[in-house]
Amino acid sequence: MACDVRLLEAPFDPAAELAAFTARQAEAGGIASFLGQVRSGGGVEALERRHYAPLTLPGMAALAASALARWELQGVLIIHRSGEMLPAEPIVLVAAAARHRRDAFAAAEFAMDHLKGESWFWKREKVAGAWSWIEPRTVDFEDLKRWA
Amino acid sequence: MPIKLVFLGRLEDLAGAAERAVDAAASLDDVLAGLEPELASALRGERIKLAVNGHVVAASAVSLADGDELAFLPPVSGG
Repeated sequence: MACDVRLLEAPFDPAAELAAFTARQAEAGGIASFLGQVRSGGGVEALERRHYAPLTLPGMAALAASALARWELQGVLIIHRSGEMLPAEPIVLVAAAARHRRDAFAAAEFAMDHLKGESWFWKREKVAGAWSWIEPRTVDFEDLKRWA
Repeated sequence: MPIKLVFLGRLEDLAGAAERAVDAAASLDDVLAGLEPELASALRGERIKLAVNGHVVAASAVSLADGDELAFLPPVSGG
């Protein structure tokens, strides 16, 4: 399977996922991966990602397909959490397997920039017991422009 | 059948719930006319995207039928 795209409601083990993905990529010369996790500090007690089922997973699948179409890849992995997460818990894991490293690096970064800037997720965080929604950062949209 | 409104992100707090059923209406204007003015104003924001039955559509192209689901999507923050 070239694309493995999942939206998870429960915690996942990024090391085990990456090992399983790698085991399927015998023809790849390199695998680039990115793990995003909940930052500790700033008084943040928990972070929540909400999604909209009719759009979110289909959008992630389309993103993986466009990475496959753009670079020479053996495989793409995108795992994104939804629901409530605690500091240091993984949020997102992206990996791209390619014959050559530049395709793998570029595809992984392309996937992350699009997950940040245009995937259907909304974020809120809990500080001192109170939840508040986090507005997207302008830089997340700037990051998207270089792939246009 | 009523129309189901879905409010994502901060719009949920404004609406007081993630979902709301409203009387059948044909257009976006008809839906918004029946809501609290403050909420309607927020839902008209230029950065709010819309989806009807899971498909993103322009505000001007919203055409509703009984039982449709209309989602209001504020700017996203994933990753």
